[in-house]
Amino acid sequence: MAYRFLLLERFPDDGVALVRLNRPEVLNALSLELMEELVGALEELDADPGVRAIVLTGNERAFAAGADITQMADASVVRMVLVDQFQKWDRIKRIRKPLIAAVSGYALGGGCELAMSCDMIVASETARFGQPEINIGVMPGAGGTQRLTRAIGKARAMEMVLTGRMITAEEARLAGLVNRVVPVELYLDEALKLAREVAARPPLAVRLAKEAVLKAFELPLSAGLEFERKNFYLLFATEDQKEGMRAFLEKRPPVWKGQ
Amino acid sequence: MAAYETLRYEEPEPGVGWLELNRPEQLNAFDETLTRELQQLLRDLERQEGLRALVLTGAGRGFCAGQDLKSIDPAQERSLGRSLEERYNPIIRRLRALPFPVIAAVNGAAAGAGMSLALACDVRLAAESAFFVQAFVRIGLVPDSGSSFFLVHLLGYARAFEIATLGERISAQEALHLGLVNRVVPDDRLREEALAWARRYATLPPRALALTKRLLQKATWASLEEMLQYEQYCQEIAGRTEDYREGVAAFREKRAPVFKGR
Repeated sequence: MAYRFLLLERFPDDGVALVRLNRPEVLNALSLELMEELVGALEELDADPGVRAIVLTGNERAFAAGADITQMADASVVRMVLVDQFQKWDRIKRIRKPLIAAVSGYALGGGCELAMSCDMIVASETARFGQPEINIGVMPGAGGTQRLTRAIGKARAMEMVLTGRMITAEEARLAGLVNRVVPVELYLDEALKLAREVAARPPLAVRLAKEAVLKAFELPLSAGLEFERKNFYLLFATEDQKEGMRAFLEKRPPVWKGQ
Repeated sequence: MAAYETLRYEEPEPGVGWLELNRPEQLNAFDETLTRELQQLLRDLERQEGLRALVLTGAGRGFCAGQDLKSIDPAQERSLGRSLEERYNPIIRRLRALPFPVIAAVNGAAAGAGMSLALACDVRLAAESAFFVQAFVRIGLVPDSGSSFFLVHLLGYARAFEIATLGERISAQEALHLGLVNRVVPDDRLREEALAWARRYATLPPRALALTKRLLQKATWASLEEMLQYEQYCQEIAGRTEDYREGVAAFREKRAPVFKGR
């Protein structure tokens, strides 16, 4: 399928797919149409058995510099509620395969929220994260107040949300927002490498493990522990569990079937 | 490039930039115009196509006398913290971030923030009559514009402390002995020696120089483990350049390499 605002690349040997946001002329502003395409593409890759991990990126200058303000400036409350553009974002949350953001340059507003919707973030040294919505009279609307707070804690999230101040890649790493920071020349390679590592693991275990980690944001501890335990036991119904443990005991590398 | 009132910039040779602070009557002390213009020029130089090395020096007999105290109205309440944030710190950050070597050609007095400016360069070449002063303490202030950082990293704590607290004049020879400058040359040789150094950089592989600069700057604060990782990243990048292939080929063919910055 052809996309207007995305570039899609597959690395079938590794089980990895790469999705690039491709509106460079507007720093990848996240228009309604782009988000529609993006969510559709991610769902398609999620359903594709050849794909075991997905990398989402922009370009060197910008991951995404926010929502498309031109589409919102004159909108009424009624229109905002009817269109309910951020509801689409919930579908990203439901992607079951590991999703890695490769961020260089600006990840602002919706761009920051999109990066945080991914499971892991690899950042270039030039990356800047921020929720500057306050400066145009609104506030984060696609998860910024919730995900940022969970990622870096109340005090730091509050400062970013209330002042709109951007943080550097290194600050983001120290705060726990990103996994690693690498030179700009290598951020995409590093993200793909991480994706390959995950894609080389048994897919069912990866899927249930991701699901369990995400539950930590939704459930109280006792319910979360219960959920985790059930997923753990469930994996004993898979061939990959048998293979993994047998290979471990026989001191040989396992061969995963995804069964 | 924009016209400047308090700076002179030229490229005397291909790939070599020559930047002079140009308020000679005031020993190139920083006033509002000079700090603003220097910020602007450094921003432009960061993206200057084909530039491979920069020499920073002062016009006339001084290198840079730091903040121009005469340009401050003592009657006016003034936040020095804000002045650093808006005027000086951006200069130091931009100077350090330039993706090519920066050589300070210290031709005379380098005092206060002027000394900081020299220390922020990658290497220092001093004329025999040049001297350094951490003048801050003499007027009741503390080292700024990076001096506290650069002094400790260049000299170790005890010597840095002595220099920052006594605020005594340090001659070029003493500075050489301390390791504050790389070389000292006769006054009338300064320009030629600085150009010769910059010229060498202009023939070396630019990406390797830029990456080395990033590595060594990070090494002033990072751990060995972080540096091993970062060397791995930088070598990966260097290993992908055409210049690396050219370097190896020239070595094998026993000829001089021609580096193109790709």
